[in-house]
This record gives sequence, C-alpha cells and structure tokens, in this order.
Amino acid sequence: MKFGVVTFPGSNCDQDMIDALHAMGQQVIRLWHKDTDLSAFSTDDMIILPGGFSYGDYLRCGALARFSPIMSSIIAFARQGGKVLGVCNGFQILCEAHLLPGVLLPNAGRNFICRNTYIISRQPHTLLTRKAAHRPLLVPIAHAEGRYYADEDTIENLFANGQVIFQYCNEHGEVSATSNPNGSLHHIAGICNREKNVFGMMPHPERAVLAELGNTDGRPIFESILSYSSSHQLHSAVS
Amino acid sequence: MQEITVETAIQLGLTAEEFARIEQLLGRKPNFTELSMFSVMWSEHCSYKNSIRWLKTLPREGKQLLAKAGEENAGLVDIGEGYACVFKIESHNHPSAIEPFQGAATGVGGIHRDIFTMGARPIAALNSLRFGEITEAKTRHLLRGVVAGIGHYGNCLGVATVGGEVYFDACYHTNPLVNAMSVGLVKIGCTVSAIATGEGNPVMIVGSETGKDGIGGAAFASANITEDSVEDLPAVQVGDPFQEKKLLEACLEAVATGALIGMQDMGAAGITCSTSEMSAKGNHGMRIDLSRVPTRQPGMKAWEILISESQERMLIVVKKGREEEVRKIFEKWDLHCVQIGEVTREPQLQFYFQGKLEASVPADSLVVGGGAPVYEREYRRPSYLDACQAFDINSLAEPSSQELLELARTLTGLPTLASKKWIYEQYDRLVGTANISAYAPTDAALVWAKPTSKVLALTTDCNSLYVFADPCKGTQIAVAEAARNIVCSGGKPLAITNCLNFGNPYDPEVYYQFVQAIQGMRIACEAFQTPVTGGNVSFYNQSPDGPIYPTPVIGMLGLLESRDDIMTLHFKQPGDRIYLLGQSRNDVGCSAYVYALKKIRYSNCPFFDLQEELQLQQLLQQLIQARLIRSAHDVSEGGLWIALLESAMAARLGMQVQSDPAFRKDAFWFGESQSRVVVSVSADKEKNFLQAVQHFPHRLLGEVRADQQLWVDGQCWGELLAWTKAYEDTIARYMETDTADIHSFF
Repeated sequence: MKFGVVTFPGSNCDQDMIDALHAMGQQVIRLWHKDTDLSAFSTDDMIILPGGFSYGDYLRCGALARFSPIMSSIIAFARQGGKVLGVCNGFQILCEAHLLPGVLLPNAGRNFICRNTYIISRQPHTLLTRKAAHRPLLVPIAHAEGRYYADEDTIENLFANGQVIFQYCNEHGEVSATSNPNGSLHHIAGICNREKNVFGMMPHPERAVLAELGNTDGRPIFESILSYSSSHQLHSAVS
Repeated sequence: MQEITVETAIQLGLTAEEFARIEQLLGRKPNFTELSMFSVMWSEHCSYKNSIRWLKTLPREGKQLLAKAGEENAGLVDIGEGYACVFKIESHNHPSAIEPFQGAATGVGGIHRDIFTMGARPIAALNSLRFGEITEAKTRHLLRGVVAGIGHYGNCLGVATVGGEVYFDACYHTNPLVNAMSVGLVKIGCTVSAIATGEGNPVMIVGSETGKDGIGGAAFASANITEDSVEDLPAVQVGDPFQEKKLLEACLEAVATGALIGMQDMGAAGITCSTSEMSAKGNHGMRIDLSRVPTRQPGMKAWEILISESQERMLIVVKKGREEEVRKIFEKWDLHCVQIGEVTREPQLQFYFQGKLEASVPADSLVVGGGAPVYEREYRRPSYLDACQAFDINSLAEPSSQELLELARTLTGLPTLASKKWIYEQYDRLVGTANISAYAPTDAALVWAKPTSKVLALTTDCNSLYVFADPCKGTQIAVAEAARNIVCSGGKPLAITNCLNFGNPYDPEVYYQFVQAIQGMRIACEAFQTPVTGGNVSFYNQSPDGPIYPTPVIGMLGLLESRDDIMTLHFKQPGDRIYLLGQSRNDVGCSAYVYALKKIRYSNCPFFDLQEELQLQQLLQQLIQARLIRSAHDVSEGGLWIALLESAMAARLGMQVQSDPAFRKDAFWFGESQSRVVVSVSADKEKNFLQAVQHFPHRLLGEVRADQQLWVDGQCWGELLAWTKAYEDTIARYMETDTADIHSFF
C-alpha cells in the first residue's frame, strides 16, 4: 500500500501528514495540485487531502481547491474504488467535490478552535476504524468551519449505513453536547461515503502520532488502514 | 510642481534640522519624492534615532551567536547538530489600536517575513499583548479583533502559536500593545543576507502587487495616538496570509537553488527601505525602474510606489544569468517575480518612473549607521518614583483567614491572572507537530527543533508595573523571569530579543524610564549570558491621558539538549511533597493583591537580587539533571497561591499547604518577591532533594492530595473544580456575554 499526499496552495498540514506516515513506516508520494496523473496508484492505495487553508479559504473552505486540476483525477480514482482520506480542510474539499455528503459550516461559537477533543467510533468495520473503534481517542481539532451539517434524510442514511465513523465525546466515550466543540449535527466528527472508500474527518490524527509530543491516540487510525492493507494483500495472495 | 520648503518637510514629519541635514547630504534641495523617502526612513520606526545610542550599550556577543544584532534581520543562534535558530520580536501597536484585526494580522505576517527572508523556516510564534480593562467595551472590541487577527494570519500560514502573555491595565486603554515574535530554524550555511552586491546583478520584486495601502505607516507609528488617528486609517496595511504562505514556500525554494545574492522583506517603508538597506550593506547602489513594479491600482505615483507598505512582498538580488530558474519557482506558486532594476557599482539609488529620473540619493544617506540622524535626548527622574518607594506594607491591615480566602478567590478570577484559554484556543498551537507543551504544561513553551534532537524553550515576559515602579530593576526582573521560565522547563537560556514599548521619547520622564530599562537589561543579560540579538523599539505609546507603563518585553530563547530534561509544571502523584525554593519575604510591592485588589497604584518594585536569582536557577538545573523533582513552576503574578493553584489545576489533584508563621499571610501567599519556584518531590527522592538544596532557602509547604480538595493552613478552601472554573472561564464569560459585570464563580 502506498500513500499520496496532495499539496494545494495554502495546504499547511501536508508535511505533518507525511511525517506521521513516515513515522508509521509508510511510503509516501508527494502530489502537487496541478498533477493529473495518478497512474502510480492502484485502488489499494490511499490519497490524502491534508489540512490547511487551500486557496486561503477564499469564497468558502474547499470551494476553490475542488477545481484544482488534480481533483478530477481524484474523483475518478475514488469512483474506481481508490481510497481517499480528507482531514480538516481535506474533508471540506471532499464535501465541496461531492465525494462526501453534507457541508462544514462555521463553528457554532463563530471562533476558530484549536483543542484536544475526544472522538469515538461505533463502526469497527471501516478502513479507518477497525482498530480504533469503541474507545475514546484524544485527537486535536483546529478549525473555524467544522460544524457538520446535512439534511435529515442524509443524516438518517449516514447512520443507517454505518457511515458516521467518528463522533465527539468526553474522556469516558460518552457522546453529548458538552463535548461537541463546534455544534456539529449529532456530534459528527467524521464520515465516509456509502461505498466506504472515501473518508473525511475534522480532527487531525496526524498530530497524534509522534510519541515525542506526548499523544499517540492517532496511531490506531493509521494502524486500521494498514491492517486492512496487510489483510487485503494476504487475501489477494491466497486467492 | 510643488515648491519644496522646510514646511513640506515638517508636514511629512521631519524637523527643520533634519531638512537641513538632507540638503547637506544631497548637496541640493530634495524633490518631493526624495523627501518622502527620507521622511519614512528617518522616522523613529525605521531609524531608531532616539534609541540607537542606548541600544548600542546592550551586550551583543556570545559564543553561540552566528550573527550579531543589527547584522541581519534577526538574531542567529547556533543550537548544534548543524542548525541555527533565528528569532525576533516586533511591535504592531499603532495599527492595532486603529484596526485591531488587520493591525495584529500584519504584525504577525511581518515578523515571520523577517525570519524567512533569512532563509529560515518559521516554526513557532509567540505574542505579548496589553489591553485596557476588560470591563471596557473598547477593550473587548480590541481583544476580539487582535486575537482573531493573530489567529487568522498564523493559522493560515501554518505556524503554531505556542506561547505568549496578556495583561489588562487602564494605562493601555488607548494604546494597546501587540508584540509578535517569530522563531525559525535554518541549516547553518544556508542563510541569506539582506545584501546587494555585484554590478549588473538583477534586482527583482516578488510576491504581491504594490498598492496604496500602508502609505506612511512608519511615520504613523512614530507619533502619539490622538482622536485624529482614525483619519490615518489608510496607513494601516491589509494582510493576506495565503499570499504569505505561497511566498514563504517559494522563497525557501529559491534560497535552496543558491541563485540568490540577497533577499530583504518589505516591511516599513517598502521599496525605499529594502533597496537602501540592501545597497548600503553591500556598498553598492541600484538603478530601479518603478514603472515595472506590478501595482494593484492604476495611476500610482512614484513616491507612492516607493513608500507603500503593501504586504507579502520581497526584494531579491539574483546572480546574473539565473533569473529564469528563480522566475519559474515563483511562477509555480502563482506569484509575481519581476525584474525592476539592477545593482550598480556606484553606491547611489536611482529611481526612474516612465523614463524620468524621479529620485537619486546615496543609499547610505537613508539608513541607520549611515546618514540617519542620531539623537541624545535629555532625561529626568520622575517624582512618582518617590511615592513607589515610600510604600509600607504596614499601611495595610493584615487580612483575617476568612478575608484571605475571599482575596484568593478574587485574585484567581482577575483577567490578568486568569487562564488565557479563550484566547489561545483561537490559535493553532499544534500545526507543524513540534509543540511539546500541548499535552504537558511547562513554564516556557517547548518546541522540538526537528530534525535535530534538541528542544527550544521559548517565552515572552514583562511585568510593566514592576518596570514603572523601578525601571532598572523591573527590567532585570523581566529578563530574570524569562530565564526562570526556561530553567523551570528544563532548558538553558541562550539569548534574547526585545520589544521596547514606551511613551513619547521627547518627554524627559519617559526617556528616563527608557534609559533605566536599557541599563537594567544590560545588567541582567550580562549576568545570564543572554546577549541581545535584535528587536524593535516602539515609542509614542502615549495618548492625551499619558504614556503607557514602560513595557520592555523580553522574548527569550533557551535550549534543552535532550527531551529527557523536560520539566513540567503540574503535580504528579498524591503524596508528593510540595516545596518552595527561595526566600519568603514580607513584600507585597507591585503585587496583583496590592495593585488590583487594594487599588494602590504606587508601591515598591518586588524584592529582587540578581545573585540570589542566579543561584536559584543553577540549583534548579542541578535538581532537574539529577531527576530529583517531579514538577517546577515559577512564582510570579498572584504570588505563591496562584503558582500552587496552577500546579494543582493542571494535575487535577488537590493539595494541603501551610504558610510560614514568620511572615504576614497576605505577603506569604500573594506577595511577588522574586526568585522563587514551587517544586514537587516524590517521597523516595526527598532525602536526596533536601541534601541538594541544603545551602539554599527552601521550605516544605505540604503535599499533593489524592482527592480534589484544597486545604490551606488547616482550613478547607473547597473543591479544585470551582477554582478551575473561575480561572478558566473568566475571560470567556466577559467576551461571550460582552458585559462589564460577570457573576462570581464561587
């Protein structure tokens, strides 16, 4: 399994994501937003849209990055089943590109918030959560527009299809309004598409990987992705 | 064409003597364009004309300094493993007073440019802020704008804001202070100088277009703030952190090619400043065609292009023949990169516009150390200092134990002492994945200097009330506290940058504060062996109500050789013994208790003895190296009580502590005499600890509890949670309700 990390003008978590993947022993290919050739990637690989302020968040977060040349290739890659993860601004871009449903609105408190938040997953079977479910993880957020919103039908479908991969919670794993930092509907912190190959989350798992910084709660998320890859490859080898 | 007279010069903020000096330097009358250039370059902000004589008395040498103060845009300190740290602090007070969001944002943008113009990547930001009372609607407006502006710029640029300080005091009501510090990292040998050499080498302008914003900003920052200052709004620049992020990446890529001779950011005085300083430094000149400068609006005049302070621009001098290579990098980042002229052998700046020579001046005539004037100002000891020294603690009745509890509660919720959570949560503190203090609080911010194994310890400090009460000693305390914060975090102090915020230098009593503060800084920096690598002077922080308290902010850089040396401030285990290192005294001078609670404006600067401080810091370093203590937290504003409470709150553990009957209780718990640190020690290390501290004043205060109760002198002061709420939520409650009155948390 390989990872591609995209740099848009204004991306500022690209290097952090690459450092985290390197710390997990992974191979990373840097992608520039003007690249269109993704032939180095198979559908077993993952392309990551990192956090930051692509195009200065002008117009609306993610609204301009969506038109970067690489996005049409990424949309095609996702449609073929390729794995895509968007973190923070990457999540906003994926929503703008309609690879994920819903939108990310300005935080309920209107301010930018950088805070260590607990998140929990009730979905033990997705690529991102199979080793990270059913326990609170301390993963920081840093955003001004992270309030997840979608219409009622969409939300209902997200829950019915197991597409809500992370919710904000307290240190005991209890999901409630007091632990919701931005007013997201149903305390949603991360979702995936119906096919479960495109993922978006507001918290930054790459900021919770390096043991030197005192928090490694992001590791189980990357370990989930890697365990899928190893079991999948084993499966391919057997068949 | 307007006739140029001495009146024109005076209108532009110059004096009659300065006009005569310009005529003498040029050997003729300047034209309007030239006069505009002199007016900005000789403004206080750019020329340091009223401060340079004293700044030169500060220690500027040290074995780890790779560039001395004034040699480069910022200080360069060797941290080992082939890397150097570049750091500097700068003020953006006047713009922030008028337009807080853009004023603060461009302050942040400007200081980061000072760092990456040297080829270093900024990895951390700090700030030091001062506002009027938070009960004033104006303060809340300014605070909201400044914090949003700092966050907007720094978060988008992707540089973590890791530390800072905020004080509220009526003296800053009209003149808030916004001081921003940037810290960068660079491989030794890969830096770029702000220099122009080599006849015929192309001069290029890169980054944003030049517009009419910020015209005369440097001159604006060099005058008192009055009601008419709002009319100067065009003097405030507008920042675009997205452009700066692209500029940062493009500049660092350009530096890596080795095709650059020199680079200089455009801050105050724009093209005038960068062309003259680079030329003067290289003893060359430049021939520039201003018609080639990309402008944001049509019809700009030559003088406007020359002194515009539009943001996110750099001037670069490129090795002839390598222009294309450099241009391609900026093109990749969708940024302008336009050749506007070339370096000349003759050290003269010649600016052409639409084929006509608009200005021709010797490069050297404009700059500090060249033609710029240097003044000796008179100073006079202000008489209020007598009132400060006359303060006697016995004029205050000693509080009863019930009053003591009430006082402690009020102190905990004072905006200046309370947690700045509402503020720092608006800053991205984690981007760059190098902030070590995010999960374990420390007195100084600790930042991993990737890819080395070293850790930087960073802090900004200044209690201006102490400086007001005794400018010399108060400034020594500012340096000492910065050093103490670094030592408490496990580091060794290396060097400082300073931001000297004062009133009007033409007021002899203000100038006395300035001169005394510089002397105090010299004494302390020599003692701690922390040379001054650079900084910034901001005079004229004065309104019709009077000057601000003298506020010489110290930004200090320290180093931890290894992550094993990290020392945090929170208690660790129930049963751990809590000790005070340092001498208690019956001293409440300038404490928050006396000043904010007892409303006494004039009291003595807290006790401070430089030798005692040095001994304390040495001892702390030994205790940390020998792994004899589990936490260390310095006693500062709010006194011992606040220090203890902060160590308890961060641990979410209670404590029981006892005072020393030899001292008044208010002085013991709330006094701010210096050179004291709270440490906690595990039972099994206590014997070794006591042996190590036997020759230094120390006292057992009590121990960490397993529950969350606070016990003081045998009396229960309640649950930790109530105190934490008062401490953490005070500022949020003022800001969110936007009222002058908030309900008590107890």
